[in-house]
Amino acid sequence: MVPISYYLVLSAILFCLGVAGFLLKRNIITIFMSIELMLNAVNLSFVAFSAELHRLSGNIFVFFVMVVAAAEAAVGLAIIIEVFRTRDTLNIDKVNLLKM
Amino acid sequence: MLHQILFFIFAAVAVAAAINLLLQKHPINSALSLVVVMGALAVLYLLLGAEFVAAVQLIVYAGAIMVLFVFTIMLLNAGIEERTPGSTVATLIGVPGVAALIGLCVFVFARGRLGESGYTIGQFHASTQDIGRLLFQDYLLPFEVTSVLVLIGIMGAVVLAKRDDASPADRAPEITAEAPRPESQEPAERIHA
Repeated sequence: MVPISYYLVLSAILFCLGVAGFLLKRNIITIFMSIELMLNAVNLSFVAFSAELHRLSGNIFVFFVMVVAAAEAAVGLAIIIEVFRTRDTLNIDKVNLLKM
Repeated sequence: MLHQILFFIFAAVAVAAAINLLLQKHPINSALSLVVVMGALAVLYLLLGAEFVAAVQLIVYAGAIMVLFVFTIMLLNAGIEERTPGSTVATLIGVPGVAALIGLCVFVFARGRLGESGYTIGQFHASTQDIGRLLFQDYLLPFEVTSVLVLIGIMGAVVLAKRDDASPADRAPEITAEAPRPESQEPAERIHA
């Protein structure tokens, strides 16, 4: 017997750790991984609500979030590779111009 | 009881791996920590009766997306994260801010009257058959829109990854002018030898 609020608390903790990674890390790839962590945390709360309310819609939303995350990862990593090609760095503080 | 034990074990694993993701300096260690988080979350999905989502989590997230990340890290030869003045400021402001955010969220969710009855294993079962039926009947239009999104994503990735014909010629002199690459020294040594 686990209350659904435990799952929501876990989801909130993971989301906040993702926010922390987004703010604190200086490597573009790690920042991108923090975004994936936030998406995962949101998925957990979707599934928890789905089980609590006995509705399947939560599972469908998780499916859509995963598709968007996959497309985002493909495009985002291509952008990261392009950024690295033009400036030879992955440090986000040195990437302060859109064009060079 | 079994449910509680499994929940607390895998919740602890997920949080520990997420903290490890933040603490590690090398991106490859962070990526492997994220794989652990995703595996622990897949177990939690199984506890909540979402078997399809658990399987897709392992196949798509832990399998495909993380392979893409690890591939990129190794392709770019990413090293240990550099420290900059900006990171000190971010640590000073960010850590207390995030701690406050966690406290606020935990306070709100723990005090809420949500699901006091609790949830036991097997109470709700999201079978793949029901999900498929719902996805291809009620959510057919969003599903098709998603396929267009994925197509655009593929095209965007190909366009971004494609090398321009003119740019390598422009960039090659810059690289040699800034710092001689180790590869360019090797032929000279061979000639001496």
